[in-house]
Amino acid sequence: MRLTCPLCGDRDRREFYYLGHETWLDRPAADAPPEAWDAYLHLRDNPCGPTRDLWQHEAGCGAWLVVSRDTATHEIASVELAR
Amino acid sequence: MRFNILEIVRQGLSGNSGWGPHWRSPDPKPEYDVVIVGGGGHGLATAFYLAKEHGITNVALLEKGYLGGGNVGRNTTIVRANYMLPGNSEFYSHSLKLWEGMEQELNYNAMMSQRGIYNLFHSDGQRDAYARRGNQMISQGDDAELLDRAAVRRRLPFLDHDNARFPVIGALYHGRGGTARHDAVAWGYARGADRRGVDLIQNCEVIGIDIEGGRVRGVQTTRGAIRAKKVALVTAGRSSQTAAMAGLRLPIESHVLQAFVSEGLKPLIDCVVTFGMGHFYISQSDKGGLVFGGDLDFYASYAARGNLPMAEHVMEAGMALMPMIGQARVLRSWGGIMDMTPDGSPIIDKTDIRGLYLDCGWCYGGFKAVPGSGFSLAHLVATDRHHAPAARFRLDRFARGAVIDEEATGSQHNLH
Ligand SMILES: Cc1cc2nc3c(=O)[nH]c(=O)nc-3n(C[C@H](O)[C@H](O)[C@H](O)COP(=O)(O)OP(=O)(O)OC[C@H]3O[C@@H](n4cnc5c(N)ncnc54)[C@H](O)[C@@H]3O)c2cc1C
Ligand SMILES: [Zn+2]
Repeated sequence: MRLTCPLCGDRDRREFYYLGHETWLDRPAADAPPEAWDAYLHLRDNPCGPTRDLWQHEAGCGAWLVVSRDTATHEIASVELAR
Repeated sequence: MRFNILEIVRQGLSGNSGWGPHWRSPDPKPEYDVVIVGGGGHGLATAFYLAKEHGITNVALLEKGYLGGGNVGRNTTIVRANYMLPGNSEFYSHSLKLWEGMEQELNYNAMMSQRGIYNLFHSDGQRDAYARRGNQMISQGDDAELLDRAAVRRRLPFLDHDNARFPVIGALYHGRGGTARHDAVAWGYARGADRRGVDLIQNCEVIGIDIEGGRVRGVQTTRGAIRAKKVALVTAGRSSQTAAMAGLRLPIESHVLQAFVSEGLKPLIDCVVTFGMGHFYISQSDKGGLVFGGDLDFYASYAARGNLPMAEHVMEAGMALMPMIGQARVLRSWGGIMDMTPDGSPIIDKTDIRGLYLDCGWCYGGFKAVPGSGFSLAHLVATDRHHAPAARFRLDRFARGAVIDEEATGSQHNLH
């Protein structure tokens, strides 16, 4: 599996660290209800098929990336810089 | 037919022509008291204990493929009770006791072999952590023994004890741990459930769950609708999909775990060895293959196959631990779909929908849990009360902050 970092180009999977679903980008406000924090920290759609997840180009530029991927085939559709 | 020595002799003399199928292949009936979704180890054990412990036999188990074709047929077969945290400790202790009586109970040879497990350590800090774990195991009623450098050198002469980075300075030994034949465990429970009247229905995928007025009424399947008073979802890596059919969103992310087996070799490793610092563990099957593995691939996946970087990492760790492994050829590798929870511990619970039960979140450690999980889920389904050893495996523990984080790695699904 290879990912194309928008800044560094086509790189081996080993250069990247996987955090999880892009849910991690939607951090609730500090005073959000406990249910929002439970959903953020624990609950996942966990799709079999297309998904968007958060990776870091750890051994490269260090950028956080949103990767559009297929969990059933490991096909990578796109890699964008995380907002 | 009961399996015993006389039967083997009789069959041997008559050309082994009299062994029949181990279970029936019935068509689904329109209605059951209980429907179990998923024919892995946990679903099959649940069916068996529902019938045996609770006399509930109007039960169907629905499997989308063939019995035992999921993770129960893909794991590296290690059985142990070396957990430390309340919740896990009593559950795995109970499960190991069931393993010890399982073959008699099922009249089935599951090749349960309590060959002992060595968890190696390489630093003073690690030794202290293992000493504490060993004491917890002993106070739970299980066995543990802290071995020093000389003892490990004597018992496991084939390791690279003087590895420059991770010299072996001792091990925690768990003598009642070991391995079992994974397929045989599934088959044994299947036969036991079938003989007590449970309908095991293969090639039957559940595609919908019928709910009326907050109560489960049955399931839709590729072989038609089946009504049921109670439904238990026991679908491991596919749990998010089956739960979504009931409108539930689970604290689970599915990841791939790989394993490897070498060509058959003469007897070499008569135990299980884990090398935590290298993320590697190994045993030898009765056929002679070295069975080994390491970590998850670390990204969400349903592909049931992994990528080469983790394969390479596992091989490197194996070479670091026991350099002679480099002489063996790898025969095959594979992957399974692991239902990872944010604290690494499982879920055996009711849901907000009456009559709908969940058993999932076994991560990469649910083989050893097969009998315990089946026993505890059967208890919950039959009585609507939690079975004591599994009483902490609640679905709402995350929201309550009552997580059971055995490895203390926090709320990230792939880190357990
Ligand atoms: C490589 C590897 C190594 C492992 N090593 C160990 C180990 O050494 N020790 C240990 O304790 N554990 C180990 N495990 C973990 C263990 O195998 C699992 O935790 C356990 O098998 C999961 O429970 P199960 O047997 O019920 O799952 P499965 O066998 O996966 O059963 C689930 C079943 O549900 C069926 N299903 C799914 N969706 C539907 C549907 N919609 N309708 C009908 N049926 C459906 C599936 O087809 C499947 O057969 C390992 C796993 C892997 C992959
Ligand atoms: Zn980069």
